[in-house]
Amino acid sequence: MTPLLIGHLALIAFVFFMLLNSAAIMVYVERKVAALMQQRLGPYRVGPKGLLQPLADIVKLMFKEELRPRAADTLLFALAPIIAATCAFAAFAVVPFGADTTFFGLIPEGLRLQVADVNVAILIVFAIGSMSVYGIVLAGWSSNSKYSLLGGLRSSAQMISYELSYGLALAGVLVVANSLSLTDIVNAQSGGWRLFGVPILPRWFVFLQPLGFLIYMTAGIAETNRAPFDFPEAEQELVAGYHTEYSSMTFAMFFMAEYINMVTVSAVATDLFLGGWHGPFLPESLGWIWFLIKVAAILFFYVWMRWTLPRYRYDQLMRFGWKILLPLGVLNLLVTAAGVLYFGL
Amino acid sequence: MISFYVLATIAVLASLLVIAQRNPIYSVLLLIASFGALSGLYVLLDAPFVAVIQIIIYAGAIMVLFLFVVMLLNAPHEETEHDLRVHPLLRRGPMGFGVVLALVLIAELGLGLAAGSESALPARSISSVQAIGRSLFTEYALAFEVTSLLILVAMVGAVVLARREPR
Repeated sequence: MTPLLIGHLALIAFVFFMLLNSAAIMVYVERKVAALMQQRLGPYRVGPKGLLQPLADIVKLMFKEELRPRAADTLLFALAPIIAATCAFAAFAVVPFGADTTFFGLIPEGLRLQVADVNVAILIVFAIGSMSVYGIVLAGWSSNSKYSLLGGLRSSAQMISYELSYGLALAGVLVVANSLSLTDIVNAQSGGWRLFGVPILPRWFVFLQPLGFLIYMTAGIAETNRAPFDFPEAEQELVAGYHTEYSSMTFAMFFMAEYINMVTVSAVATDLFLGGWHGPFLPESLGWIWFLIKVAAILFFYVWMRWTLPRYRYDQLMRFGWKILLPLGVLNLLVTAAGVLYFGL
Repeated sequence: MISFYVLATIAVLASLLVIAQRNPIYSVLLLIASFGALSGLYVLLDAPFVAVIQIIIYAGAIMVLFLFVVMLLNAPHEETEHDLRVHPLLRRGPMGFGVVLALVLIAELGLGLAAGSESALPARSISSVQAIGRSLFTEYALAFEVTSLLILVAMVGAVVLARREPR
């Protein structure tokens, strides 16, 4: 057991633990922000300021009865939440969240804060994201209930439609950064633009790709099935959508997967558009603090959207995805490619 | 080498099961498993880009559409006028077709192996994204454009078929 190996194992355990925790934290944040926006108090009884509310929720979920409809497909009904949760965790494995660190001199060489350093990292995030559709679709089908099936069908249609725009928004950044590795993309965003020697703007890709960022965030919200695009679980029409028939911990796995997917989309957005762990005032080794701040800001934006905008109608969603977002994505990619070709950014 | 045999076994077994069992949803899922194993084989061949593309395009996009169609049609189990006790793969028609396919495959493999181990693509072109892009737009530009034209035609065809006639 070399120190580097121990460092790696610790990193894996840390990321897993943090992702689990992020779901709990997001549940609390969601409820508190919702309460703020609706002029309520939100959870305040369990622990100081209601901070232990997620813990109470988890205990409650664990003690609920596990139900399975008699007509359900046994194997797939059990498999669906596993697929959903596995994909959610796996996608974060290739996301870097900090510069090389030696843990204050504990290990001899620098260890990159990224579980698996792959040179096609961004495509892997995309691939695992496209696999996570199966969790939802299979949950919908195997439950053998009309609400679940409709939810599953809607979600597969929605995710296929928005995946294209999502990919095109990514492509714009890839063209500018000239790399598929997330670490390279982040490192291309260090420093800032200067006007007469005075730094005015950090060199973040959001300033080069404002349209790409908007498309990415919109498609990202649709990909994670969040309001205003939360059709798979539109409760007024579909009871609870694809997870209608799930209870107890299997339901919790879908719930957790949704929040972890949000965290992953936000982390990737931070890496691609907001300069990752680069920021002023802090040394490079403490860059992960900047990373956390940026991810938290995007996550807050997510929650803010959910409690501000009403849900779209299904045909509006499809029209928006195919007739507006997709052409915009193509346009963005074309303009970016032309710009890179002529100005050599 | 162990990982090769594990992945190859999964790929072959999953592909066999795709045609051997009768529930279409399971067929689709087993095909996805087979694609996943193939993608692992690409990783072993030091072609991570091809591996990821395999997952994104085949396992992620195309198979979702398959699953979508199977679910929409909700085909429960295959309906047949044949004797249900005889497995569909053991009937005369499929057997004959299978034999022909197997012969073609063996002949192609034999021809390929006889032609030597040199692959059509230079070794570098499967490992790096830049090399793949370059050879797509230079050496294989014609094939690439013709393929995209084919896909465009298919898309137009689908739109024409799906469009409702104005009354």
